[in-house]
Amino acid sequence: MGTATMVLNNSRIESSPRRIATIYLKETKYEFLKNLRLRVYTASVLSFPLMFYVLFGLVLNAKEAIGATRVPTYLIATHGTFGVMGASLFGTAAGLASDRGLGWLQVKRASPMPPFAYFIAKIITSMVFSAVIVLALFGLGIAFGGVRMPVGEFARLMGTLVAGSLPFSAMGLALGYFAGPNSAPPTINLIYLPMSFCSGLWVPFMFLPKVVKQIALALPPYHLSQLALGVVGAGTHESNMVHWEVLIGFTMICLGVARIGFQRDQEKMYG
Amino acid sequence: MLATLEQGTRAAASRTEPIVARIEGVNKNYGSVRALQAVDFTVRAGELVALLGPNGAGKTTAIKLLLGLMPPTSGKVRVFGGDPMNPANRVRTGAMLQVGRVPETLRVREHIDLFSSYYPNPMAAADVLVAAGLEKIAGRKYAELSGGQKQRVLFALAICGNPDLLFLDEPTVGLDVEARRLLWDEIRALVRRGKTVLLTTHYLQEADALADRIAVIHEGRIIAEGTPAEIKARSSGKRIRCITGLSTQAIREIPGVTEVKEDREAIEIRASETETVVRELLARDRSLSGLEITTAGLEDAFLALTQESTSRAPQVSH
Repeated sequence: MGTATMVLNNSRIESSPRRIATIYLKETKYEFLKNLRLRVYTASVLSFPLMFYVLFGLVLNAKEAIGATRVPTYLIATHGTFGVMGASLFGTAAGLASDRGLGWLQVKRASPMPPFAYFIAKIITSMVFSAVIVLALFGLGIAFGGVRMPVGEFARLMGTLVAGSLPFSAMGLALGYFAGPNSAPPTINLIYLPMSFCSGLWVPFMFLPKVVKQIALALPPYHLSQLALGVVGAGTHESNMVHWEVLIGFTMICLGVARIGFQRDQEKMYG
Repeated sequence: MLATLEQGTRAAASRTEPIVARIEGVNKNYGSVRALQAVDFTVRAGELVALLGPNGAGKTTAIKLLLGLMPPTSGKVRVFGGDPMNPANRVRTGAMLQVGRVPETLRVREHIDLFSSYYPNPMAAADVLVAAGLEKIAGRKYAELSGGQKQRVLFALAICGNPDLLFLDEPTVGLDVEARRLLWDEIRALVRRGKTVLLTTHYLQEADALADRIAVIHEGRIIAEGTPAEIKARSSGKRIRCITGLSTQAIREIPGVTEVKEDREAIEIRASETETVVRELLARDRSLSGLEITTAGLEDAFLALTQESTSRAPQVSH
């Protein structure tokens, strides 16, 4: 009985790089389409930073300057950070928490999909939405706020903000593993909104109360916004190295937490 | 009848087929809950096996182990000779699981396109749509589908990679009669094309209608295994049902009667020699009415088996 023949393992079909690349590409394409068609996502993630920018940067303070930087330019950096953070947190955490909690992730895990494809798709999608938000801010600023800057500066600001999607995507993955499908969105708001305020994304950093300024030093969005502000000549005096280090460290910690969640899920699946 | 014959011959033939999936001496605990205990189970190529048991018996746990969704607490799980925990070993399997929510903004065609890309030799998208009966609704978003259509999309995702082995976890749960029959036809068509299917169900009728072999699972153990006919034979004799003025005591005294039970206004009798007992009943009670004689079905066998195993094994408190 026990010696019955097993079918030979000829399942090691060569995983050609091309086939793997196709999986990652399709996974990302459909993750993007899925979110694009999700009105809750696009409406909240795109419209809030743009609305704030129109109100505070174009309608109210368009003629003002903070230091040597005009407000419409300054706010592209801070509201850009705000937009990137929202797109990345909601893009990863909300989807992951609901996929996990309601069984869809399990269907995917039961397929031969490389597990990384799922995460990479979410991260890239968040970066694409981040880029769209920053471009839209630029569009508004150039058209209605008289924003002008050299192409090199534009590219650096854009690059910094889009790269800044990574720490928040990592944070979203960690959150997505520890929040329930229904509690994820309110949990994100509970972290994201106070953090934005304390990091000087709404009220420029120098106008914040002293206590809040000290809290800000520990917050990733503060460091991302300072990097962005540095590009337009409005950063504080800390070196960029510090900001990058904090963001990279934060990303690693979040990925570590997400990894713990990933492993915990494998054991704790009731059924 | 024809279906039963076909099932029977297939079952006999498959005993010599190679093993495609195997669970060997497996225990699986969730904390202090013992979901599977010392389970040995094999699936051979070309079979349609049903894992039959009440809710919480361990069916889904067995499927999840075979899909590599989690490791066993102890024992060994092999699918096509490899460890299913490795995603690369899943290219020859497809799965239909119970799922609470599927991304609703993607269209049927898009879901299939994505899942097909995970497999090296997927079916053509058009063939998947036909096989799952989704041709007319390929362009609809998942959110716009009916319950039966949603279930068919999950079925499509299970078959789109052209897998040799399919795991279907309660595939027809929540479907109406017509939708269930349709899915049954689709499952039978798969087996005709040489695929191997392991399905779990708590519908006896489903196991009876589809399976070549049934494994009855109860409280984490496999308590019986065999063809539907063999399982049915495990419950003895036939069942007589009638409305009579005779007391249960009087009926019990008739030779050949093994069990007497009151069931609403009628009496249910189990007997080894049905004809003699019926003759005797009619002779003793001229007003006897509503006489029915039935062969014990899978349900009786199932009840008998699970009761037997419950009373035999001392209950572990959970």
